[in-house]
Amino acid sequence: MSRQKPKLAVHKFSSCDGCQLALLNLGEPLLQLPALVDIVHFAEAGPSDPAAKVDISLVEGSISTPEDVQRIQQVRENSEILVTVGACATAGGVQALANFANRNDWMSAVYTEPDQIETLQTSNAIADYVKVDWELQGCPINSRQVIGLLRDLLSGVRPREELQPVCMECKRKGLICTLVSLGEPCMGPVTRAGCGALCPAAGRGCYGCYGPAEQVNDASLLQRFSQLGLDRQALARRFHFIVNQAPAFKAAGERLKGGSHDRNA
Amino acid sequence: MTATRDIHIHVPVLTRVEGEGALELDVVNGEIERLNLRIFEPPRLFEKFVEGYECDQVIDMVARICGICPVAYQMSAVQAFERLFGFEPPDWLVAMRRVMYCGEWLQSHALHIHLLAAPDFLGFDSAIAMARDYPDAVKRGLNLQTLGNDLIGLFGGRSVHPVGVRVGGFYRAPREEDVAPILQRLRDALPATEALVDWTAGLEFPHDEQAFISVALSHPQEYAIGQGNLISGQGLETDISFFDSFFQEHQSPHSTALHATLDGRPYLTGPLARLNLNFHQLPKPVRQVMEGCGIHFPSHNMFHSIVARAIELHFAVFEAIRLLENYEVPQASYTVVTPQEGNAFGCTEAPRGFLWHRYDVDEKGIVRYARIVPPTSQNQGRIEEDIRQSLEKLGLDSPDEAIRLRAEQVIRNYDPCISCATHFLKLKLNRR
Repeated sequence: MSRQKPKLAVHKFSSCDGCQLALLNLGEPLLQLPALVDIVHFAEAGPSDPAAKVDISLVEGSISTPEDVQRIQQVRENSEILVTVGACATAGGVQALANFANRNDWMSAVYTEPDQIETLQTSNAIADYVKVDWELQGCPINSRQVIGLLRDLLSGVRPREELQPVCMECKRKGLICTLVSLGEPCMGPVTRAGCGALCPAAGRGCYGCYGPAEQVNDASLLQRFSQLGLDRQALARRFHFIVNQAPAFKAAGERLKGGSHDRNA
Repeated sequence: MTATRDIHIHVPVLTRVEGEGALELDVVNGEIERLNLRIFEPPRLFEKFVEGYECDQVIDMVARICGICPVAYQMSAVQAFERLFGFEPPDWLVAMRRVMYCGEWLQSHALHIHLLAAPDFLGFDSAIAMARDYPDAVKRGLNLQTLGNDLIGLFGGRSVHPVGVRVGGFYRAPREEDVAPILQRLRDALPATEALVDWTAGLEFPHDEQAFISVALSHPQEYAIGQGNLISGQGLETDISFFDSFFQEHQSPHSTALHATLDGRPYLTGPLARLNLNFHQLPKPVRQVMEGCGIHFPSHNMFHSIVARAIELHFAVFEAIRLLENYEVPQASYTVVTPQEGNAFGCTEAPRGFLWHRYDVDEKGIVRYARIVPPTSQNQGRIEEDIRQSLEKLGLDSPDEAIRLRAEQVIRNYDPCISCATHFLKLKLNRR
């Protein structure tokens, strides 16, 4: 990393803007950020220099147009470290549910003139197109994650990747088990920690928005879901949800659907 | 005077708006020949892929349309499902959803006023740059934004894609010991929100009166946020289920967002439209602040929308205090509601305008069809009309940079949320 104040860019692709808010929602600490980094591109906040060479690029959103493909290659060339943030950038996002269908059919079924809109057949993760150095999971990521990662990178520390399931966060918080004791369908056992067991703490089952944990045992989760009166399709819908293209969730959902992509079955 | 000068202005990425948009403007022989607000957020096809999911899952999915106004999406959806299922929310629930919604108005309006709009008025390219000369104003904005986020978090665990809303209520009611400190912070913030109204009213505004139609929700008992009929300044009043009989959507070649019209004409939705139509329902102290600020409402100067936003921000804090003052945890935070088959309609006032949803639901509570009409696509026709009139008023012989700045400022007056604007619709195209 260069000796001057490191340069930071925030790039947006197809997304809801919610992960950029991890920075914009910092409150007063946002004003201290320029002391750490020189923010050269962050269109939503004001600075606009999309072609600048930078030390760190934070990339939000998925790739879904031919223009996106060119743009992300330029971002890669211009960035020493490229970090993808959130479910869209790391796994294509909830909008990648369209990947299970024929996107052309959907486009022409619904836009009167679909030819006027250029899109790819799929919504994809950034890593499908360029090398990614670090990933932050979550839909959305939170301020603690992004500031933690920036601090690690700026001080030359290797960031630690979260691999444990949400269950570990419930244990640490002393929460009663949602799935076993409360009998609510919960994706916590197969979902990566990082949110602080947000849903169990709010009185509901986890719905998997931080993507797959290191191990995903859908067979045993199905057993428990069946005891609670939910069928294979109901569990499949929970894998093919916010982070549907993460390989472990995608495969689990497909196994449960028996290879069929008909979500209405 | 160089009325015959040809100008081609292309703003490739609009900054300080939510999402990705661009402006293309061609002035030929002193007349605007082409003016396109391009929205190039790739279509995400939300309405299509919620098909086949459970109602409660759809509440979590549609939040993802917009990181800045997820509560609005959740509230329009939950209202639609509950109306269809014949569930009448009890008073506690109606009040607490309104408080959560006030949190979203507070954070979104504070974000827009300070981080996105004010730098235009004061000649900066970002709030971070503005903070050097106006540190107190920027800090006030950031603190109000944080308070709004925390108010959403009280009910939803987090402010972006909160997890608290379900059919029949909230998954869990906030604890009294968590409500008390937020209530105190709201009380402490009230004077700052009043000062904010005066601060925005003291900005310099171009004289730019334009004729336009305001459309907003209206409710007999309150300044409408989460429920009501749709009304216009021209005498329209309709139940939200008849939206289609009055409003039309069209695809435009330069944009992935659909344009909406009312009886064939563009219209305005958002804070200024709401204030124009419903200001008489503001609580007396809030109305006094409005009347004392020096800007007269109703107003047809879109630059006054920043003041309208500040008045609504002040109102949101006032209202949240009122509703939380005697907070008690209810016996149950939700009722289990049995799904019913049919067509569900929901409509609430997102920070930047009304947000209309329709869902067709089967007997198991699975969504089979969805249609979502967000505020920014509704405003798009009005924005283009406004830029045209505003630039003609500014003078097309003005320097390019002045034209570009004015056009951008006009766009930001609408607080466009371009992420939201992306959606599609199965429609019959009416060609002349």
